[in-house]
Amino acid sequence: MQWSRLFVAPSPADKTPLPLWLKACNFAIALLLISLAFYFPFQRLAYHLRWDSVYTYRQMFFLGWLTTISISIGSLLLSTTIGLLAALAQRSRLLPLRYLSKIYIELVRGTPLLVQILIFFYVVADALGVSDRYLVGILTLSFFSGAYISEIIRAGIESIGKSQLESARAIGLTRSQTYRFVIFPQALRQTLPPLAGQFVSLIKDSSLLSVISINEFTWNAQAVNSRTFSTLESYIPLAAGYLILTLPISLWTRYLERKHRFET
Amino acid sequence: MHLSLRQICKRFDGHLVLDAISLDLEKVHTLVLIGPSGGGKSTLLRIIAGLEYPDSGEVSLNGEPVVFEEPMLLRHRRTIGTVFQAFNLFPHLTALQNITLPLEKVHNHPPAEAEEIARKLIDRFRLEKHSAKRPAELSGGQRQRVAIARAVSIKPRLLLFDEPTSALDPEMTADVLDMIQELRQEGRDFVLVTHEMGFARQIAEHVAVLSDGRIAESGPVQQIFENPAQPATRQFIAKVLKY
Repeated sequence: MQWSRLFVAPSPADKTPLPLWLKACNFAIALLLISLAFYFPFQRLAYHLRWDSVYTYRQMFFLGWLTTISISIGSLLLSTTIGLLAALAQRSRLLPLRYLSKIYIELVRGTPLLVQILIFFYVVADALGVSDRYLVGILTLSFFSGAYISEIIRAGIESIGKSQLESARAIGLTRSQTYRFVIFPQALRQTLPPLAGQFVSLIKDSSLLSVISINEFTWNAQAVNSRTFSTLESYIPLAAGYLILTLPISLWTRYLERKHRFET
Repeated sequence: MHLSLRQICKRFDGHLVLDAISLDLEKVHTLVLIGPSGGGKSTLLRIIAGLEYPDSGEVSLNGEPVVFEEPMLLRHRRTIGTVFQAFNLFPHLTALQNITLPLEKVHNHPPAEAEEIARKLIDRFRLEKHSAKRPAELSGGQRQRVAIARAVSIKPRLLLFDEPTSALDPEMTADVLDMIQELRQEGRDFVLVTHEMGFARQIAEHVAVLSDGRIAESGPVQQIFENPAQPATRQFIAKVLKY
């Protein structure tokens, strides 16, 4: 019985696919190893998990989770719009617009989100008189994500070969027709995987909004912790809650990448 | 066609690619540009197509001068069918859609009519089995034939071919050349840049030899191939027809 066959994949030259049961067993082994790695330190600390105290606050967790979802979706929509406008502005023939978007992108990508949240909330929102923290949170996150999305969209647009633009020009398409019929349909396929990745980042980054006391998931978990002093029991569900949101999107991204790999 | 080029000059990065090119052709259907690589043939073709602006000089087609300014140049481009060496088609559209796109969006045919025109051409050029395929699923020769069908579908007043078979293997080359030969027999006007000397000889009425940005020699096809006046032309023809 060749034991190595159970755990070691054949050499890359051998292209036979791995059976599903083999992959499942080894995946389970990997999970087991990770669990053991966590189990032993906790055994030594003689830490007793008190789930019941946290269970009484389950409503807070759930509402916080829903708030995070709604902030993420709102920010996704707004940031995609901002990103699209910024990407087009960068290619605009109107020069001040072009430089405006370049400055915006460099500023936002060069500073930490936390710093932007603090500046936005304590300075900008105060000055503009925006008092709804929830709205400020969505705006800040959207401005932040918009810069990254615009770079993703720009890369997608620029990946369309020059020869295609020339072909479009030769058959007499106007600039906007070229965008509509040649560039965008193709750029969309290219940008969907990185865009989905950006959505995952958005969901995770929304946790930073807790510093301005927005009642989202992380803030609520911290509140429960401060009331029950059950740190791990508050933060493990917190992590799990984010995973429930991000894991499906990650898997969908992998699926998209695989699907489009053959479509050059 | 009546094609008139007067003192066309073009520089790229300080390098003089076209040097006072002048040509006046009347009642010629097929003009073939030949010559060594880098001689300026493609650039000249692109200027005629309205894809490149000459630094100086004038172009006039069938009595109408070509104005090198955007709105008018767009209109000019819409009356010219161009086929490049490669990468003509849009990869996200099927062969049929590649042909109907300019018909619908540029020449404003209603979709049903555009599809009918496209299908007639597809049938004529024996591409029926491939009309629903994307360019990635077609061979090089099939792609070029779709590109030619697209160029022809808009009923252009001039067809321009820039080395249409240079990227193809000999069998596909023959298919594409057959198609061009058919167009020639229909009496269409075109300007062709090619390295296929045998074909050039068969299809051309008038030949211009471009070398180092200048027209080394220009004349009816028989004269250029059988009795070239310039030694440079003689050398070039001998070299190319060697194998």
